[in-house]
Amino acid sequence: MRTIEPGLMRLHRRDLLKATGAFGTFGALALSGCAAPFVVAPGASGAARVLVVGGGYGGATAAKYIRLLSAQRIGVVLVEPDAAFVSCPISNLVVGGQRAMSDITRPYDELVRRHGVTLVRDRVASIDPVARVAVLASGARIAYDKAVLAPGVEMVWDGVEGARQANADGRILQAWKAGPETLALRRQLEAMPDGGVFAIAIPEAPYRCPPAPYERACLVAAYFKAAKPRSKVLVLDANEDVTSKGPLFKRAWAEQYAGIVEYRPQHRATGVDAASGTIRFEVQDDVRADVLNVLPPMRAGAIAVQTGLANSNARWCQVAFLNFESTAAKHLHVIGDAIQTAPLMPKSGHMANNQAKVVAAAIVAELSGWEIDPAPMLTNACYSFMDEARVAHITSVHAYVAAEQTYRTVAGSGGLSPAANEAEAAYAWNWARTIWADTLG
Amino acid sequence: MMHSIARMLVRAACLTSVLAGTAHAQDAQALRLRSLAATCAPCHGTDGHAVAGAALPGLAGMPTAYFSEQMSGFKSGARPATVMTQLARGFSAAQIEQMARFFAAQPK
Repeated sequence: MRTIEPGLMRLHRRDLLKATGAFGTFGALALSGCAAPFVVAPGASGAARVLVVGGGYGGATAAKYIRLLSAQRIGVVLVEPDAAFVSCPISNLVVGGQRAMSDITRPYDELVRRHGVTLVRDRVASIDPVARVAVLASGARIAYDKAVLAPGVEMVWDGVEGARQANADGRILQAWKAGPETLALRRQLEAMPDGGVFAIAIPEAPYRCPPAPYERACLVAAYFKAAKPRSKVLVLDANEDVTSKGPLFKRAWAEQYAGIVEYRPQHRATGVDAASGTIRFEVQDDVRADVLNVLPPMRAGAIAVQTGLANSNARWCQVAFLNFESTAAKHLHVIGDAIQTAPLMPKSGHMANNQAKVVAAAIVAELSGWEIDPAPMLTNACYSFMDEARVAHITSVHAYVAAEQTYRTVAGSGGLSPAANEAEAAYAWNWARTIWADTLG
Repeated sequence: MMHSIARMLVRAACLTSVLAGTAHAQDAQALRLRSLAATCAPCHGTDGHAVAGAALPGLAGMPTAYFSEQMSGFKSGARPATVMTQLARGFSAAQIEQMARFFAAQPK
């Protein structure tokens, strides 16, 4: 067990006072010396401290569950630049105009108040995995015993010529990290005249949330059908076919959105021209549209890449699946969309929430000197809205297989809705409200 | 005299360490149980506590027999459902029994 260097503690305490002043609450154990003995080396005064980088579905859940599962014996510092949690799941309903940003935005307060997580509103600028110290953008330093990185994905704009600038100018949006771009894309759709074309370009899998581009096509089509009936939705997919819930989406496009949605597979975007509203493709002809929503290829969030953890094709982070520890650095655990997934494991919010619990239990066990659970389980449930009232799901259950050191879906488990239906709209909302509480509350 | 005190101390130390070992084993087991049950939490709430106005039942305080019976029904398909038939088939009878014990022990 590593003790916290006193000088660092003092600096840290002062910086945190500044950083968390608005909350007025501290994770006492992260800072004080009143540690339960089991996490402290003889003679040491500091409790074990876990640093969590990123407050999305993975990071926020990890922060909460490390506190819960350790009966608050392990101090947790969560570093997140945004003031509030904004959910990617359900955000397509904001793009489609069926819901508002306030419906997908939740505060971080409960993590601090109920669970004693120390929340630092900042960005991690660098991590020294040997010294086990993170430096924040503000210059503050945080020493850790273990760190959980949940950095999400970074858009690889270089994969699509001209897209970086067009995105920086606010002309071509991704709206794939829910937040300001979600609302900006909504505004572009509202400003588009009837008879216009909305085009969404999808990168080759893997990317964050496989079914979400197709759900977005449905919900924008629902908006057009009601408000701009002469308008069109073009789905330009780099993949051979719809990557998730294919028959369900195709049925919605054929039955509900005939003449509105057009699906074109094998369209890998290589460049854009914002002025003329053009997308260029590797093989296929150029496409012009009034509102362009370009999803570039994605990779692990910048801090993971920069720390040298993206050791799978320089894109995703390989982890030991028993405890999600990076295969590139000890004591750094990576969860969520940033990892090189096990077979059939989706990059989803629900999956990140489940991975966070496995990593939380593993870290609590390790810091307590207990054996890590040799057989962790993960579930996934993902609901897609075909319109505001009709929803279809996909589920899977993943069991750790020791002999292969990876997760396999359990034979006979998981599946899809036979058809989109109204009953599951209520379940989808139940899922959203409950997982937000499980992640943050 | 010194000898017997020393023996008493050794005995006491052994007992303490056995008790501590047992407590650790129980804590380690409780950790596994709680994190297994946490796979249910995205839809049923943390530790089985449903959110206000939830469309699904909370699992906290559910009797073990009822929990196991429902899960068996989901697995066999005798109890129809949208997602639970698919999810229940991912868990063994032993895992279901463990989850049942965990939720039954949670206050409602």
